[in-house]
Amino acid sequence: MNDKTPVIQAKNLDLTFQTNDGPIHALKDVSLDIMKGDFVSFIGPSGCGKTTFLRVIAALEEPTGGSVTVNGMTPDEARRARAYGYVFQAAGLYPWRTIEGNIRLPLEIMDFSKSEMRERIDRVLQLVDLEGFGKKFPWQLSGGMQQRASIARALAFDADILLMDEPFGALDEIVRDHLNEQLLRLWDKTHKTIGFVTHSIPEAVYLSTRIVVMSPRPGRITDVIENTLPRDRPLDIRDTPEFLEIAHRVREGLRAGHAYED
Amino acid sequence: MNAAARSFGVSLPGFVLLSTLGLSLADGSGLTGVAIALAAVVMGWFTIRALAEHFKTQRWARLAAPILLGVLILVLWEVTVRALEVPFVILPPPSAIGSKITNSMPLLWADMVQTVVKGALSGYVMGCGAAFLTAISVDRSPFLKRGLLPVGNFVAALPIIGTAPILVMWFGFDWESKAAVVVAMVFFPMLVNTVAGLSETTAMQRDLMHTYAATYRQTLFKLRLPAAMPFVFNGLKISSTLALIGAIVAEFFGSPTLGMGFRISTSVGQLALNIVWAEIVVAAIVGSAFYGSLAMIEKGVTFWHPSQRG
Amino acid sequence: MMRNILSILTVVAAIIGLWYLLCIPMNMHEATQQAQRAGAEVTPATASERLQLGGIALAVQNPTLWPGAFGQDRPRLPSPDQVVAELWNTTGAMVLSGRSMTKRSLVFHGWITLSATLLGFVFGTGLGIILAVGIVHSRAMDMSVMPWAIASQTIPILALAPMIIVVLNSVGLQGLIPKAIISAYLSFFPVVVGMVKGLRAPGMMQLDLMRTYNATRGQTLWKLRLPASMPYLFASLKIGISASLIGAIVGELPTGAVRGLGARMLTGSYYGQTIQIWSALFAAAILAALLVGTIGLIQRRTLKRMGMQP
Ligand SMILES: Nc1ncnc2c1ncn2[C@@H]1O[C@H](COP(=O)(O)OP(=O)(O)OP(=O)(O)O)[C@@H](O)[C@H]1O
Ligand SMILES: [Mg+2]
Repeated sequence: MNDKTPVIQAKNLDLTFQTNDGPIHALKDVSLDIMKGDFVSFIGPSGCGKTTFLRVIAALEEPTGGSVTVNGMTPDEARRARAYGYVFQAAGLYPWRTIEGNIRLPLEIMDFSKSEMRERIDRVLQLVDLEGFGKKFPWQLSGGMQQRASIARALAFDADILLMDEPFGALDEIVRDHLNEQLLRLWDKTHKTIGFVTHSIPEAVYLSTRIVVMSPRPGRITDVIENTLPRDRPLDIRDTPEFLEIAHRVREGLRAGHAYED
Repeated sequence: MNAAARSFGVSLPGFVLLSTLGLSLADGSGLTGVAIALAAVVMGWFTIRALAEHFKTQRWARLAAPILLGVLILVLWEVTVRALEVPFVILPPPSAIGSKITNSMPLLWADMVQTVVKGALSGYVMGCGAAFLTAISVDRSPFLKRGLLPVGNFVAALPIIGTAPILVMWFGFDWESKAAVVVAMVFFPMLVNTVAGLSETTAMQRDLMHTYAATYRQTLFKLRLPAAMPFVFNGLKISSTLALIGAIVAEFFGSPTLGMGFRISTSVGQLALNIVWAEIVVAAIVGSAFYGSLAMIEKGVTFWHPSQRG
Repeated sequence: MMRNILSILTVVAAIIGLWYLLCIPMNMHEATQQAQRAGAEVTPATASERLQLGGIALAVQNPTLWPGAFGQDRPRLPSPDQVVAELWNTTGAMVLSGRSMTKRSLVFHGWITLSATLLGFVFGTGLGIILAVGIVHSRAMDMSVMPWAIASQTIPILALAPMIIVVLNSVGLQGLIPKAIISAYLSFFPVVVGMVKGLRAPGMMQLDLMRTYNATRGQTLWKLRLPASMPYLFASLKIGISASLIGAIVGELPTGAVRGLGARMLTGSYYGQTIQIWSALFAAAILAALLVGTIGLIQRRTLKRMGMQP
């Protein structure tokens, strides 16, 4: 399934933040191709530049060196073509809008029709198990529910590329499993291209077609692991030897990155 | 409950009795009257303490305590002034002020309309409106914003009320000049608050709009204006007090023979302090009503803000 | 930093430019009048016809007479350079010639106003801090006094000023003290409200820590509450000192005082001496800026030494 056209192409990407305590090399010489329909997970210790890489792809950050193209365009052109659904590390819902209102926000901005909005809101609310909470305000919901609402918001307008920054970090295991399944099903159905940051090895292995292992100071890619699991993945696939084998390789990759540091 | 009953059982009747006693034999009673009044104050204070002790969480107690303090001060004022026969031209008793208010309703009303409705309110609407629009129009230029914010903060701290004589000279004695003073007084506080409010979004909220490729207008209406509302209302509330002050004080520099500031300055000259106090009471009521209604609208608009949820 | 200064300078320059521009229509009537007397051609030819026209229309019809709009004796709007010249003549020049304490010197008038401001401010803030400490430590005071202190912020208590001046005048108190009283109560309330907030700023954990040390209430006050309240104190001191200055200025209006910045504005407005009003207004503004700036400086120093600000 990786033999399709690359959607995202990063070549020798560098990003240095100039701070008061000197420059921080958040990304150094990062090259990666993400194919159409790929589900790429990014994993690595805190501060290794996972968020920064997603932000560069979404044109929220300007690289200081190298190049990125998205669908053959610059990230900013792709942004203006509304190619991205972005889920931030925190929910970031607008407190003055209800949950529905928050999901409606991108739909309003992109000029969807009233009936279309209604239909999409109901659909994504159901997808993240928040039916019945649409009229509530964000601060009346738990942190995990808020995070689910922010996922619903990103799914509502059907962008081709979903960029998710630790979307399930704040959720309990059961809900997390459920959402993992839902996300896989959605991806299977829609053939979206997904970039997914996580700290959980099982989650990365369960979800992705490829796992990108990163390490910090300077932030760079140390390993890219092809996931050979079949595309159809029931939850209990996580107990199979194949699964554990891949998870083991990811862990080894992470260890190697850490060892480099010492 | 027993302890509460005990402390109230003594202090509340004590306060009521002593107050009634003091009020009934006040006139010319000299130091005796003052002593009774002071005793009543002590009893009243014990009542407030009992309230605070036993009913601190009740809503009615939170309301009763300040009212009781007000009553206490009024009793002390009334009895002392009448007992010591303080001349009216120095301090009239509250009862005299009260009857003056009920007797001069039409006059007070006309003054209020002249000063508050014509002067303060029109200037307030114009000044705040202009400041709001200015804030939005400079919003697109970070260069101007960086300059306007310190200058605005600086001007907001200046005694703008001093422009009153100039503006009265320019716009004549009637309400137009008062409105002009109010505009000058409220413009900068409102501007500074709105400008600050418009930059009150978090980086993540802005990034979100960025990923949607939202236009400037969409970001303004869907994100920045709603986020600015707590600041806008802060500006509106500060300005409401300033508007009343401006309209009243500007009348000291010239006005038609009407208006609260006019009445205060001329009656003070004639030592007719009853009516001065009456005007001040009206000003206090109008001021707090104005502020209170703004606070209520604010509650409705910024219900989502942590300060309103708490 | 540099960019900020450039922005500020641009805004200030724009304001001064606008001011100059505004001088033309504002003073055009007088300019045409003078030009006609000097034998120049003026359209329209008669003064009554010109009065029908607005300043802008008149300026458009007589573009050659624009220079006459500047440098008049009693302009409706003096130009910035006239105000600056008058300010210099009544301050710096007077100091240089050793006449800084004469009636024509703004240094003298400024000092009269400043002394009342400072005296009142010191008393007002002192009492305000004491009351705030009381409110934080006594639930009864918190419940009964605090609502009034907050309400005082919403009503134009400045309107009491003329009465205080006149009443104290009638019992023989004149000059400094009555004005200082006004300054005192105007700075009192903002300091009470700000300090109560500040003294309550320490979090539950910090207070619990003091409790584990078995610290007395006095120790908690000195070692925790007062230091924690410093940012709030300075914020309210800045508000308080501006309010005090305004109080002193307004206090100079009602009795026809002849000394002080307020008196300069009042006499200026009686005699149509616009340049005098403007220079008194700017002197007041400069004074306010200096006072607020001084407090800001002390604030920076203090907070830095306490490690509360980088
Ligand atoms: N705006 C910024 N200015 C300066 N430095 C930054 C900025 N954003 C990120 N950094 C630095 O860049 C590095 C990478 O940050 P990034 O947020 O991408 O890490 P991350 O891998 O997402 O970590 P985490 O797992 O904790 O979210 C960090 O060292 C961080 O301090
Ligand atoms: Mg991150």
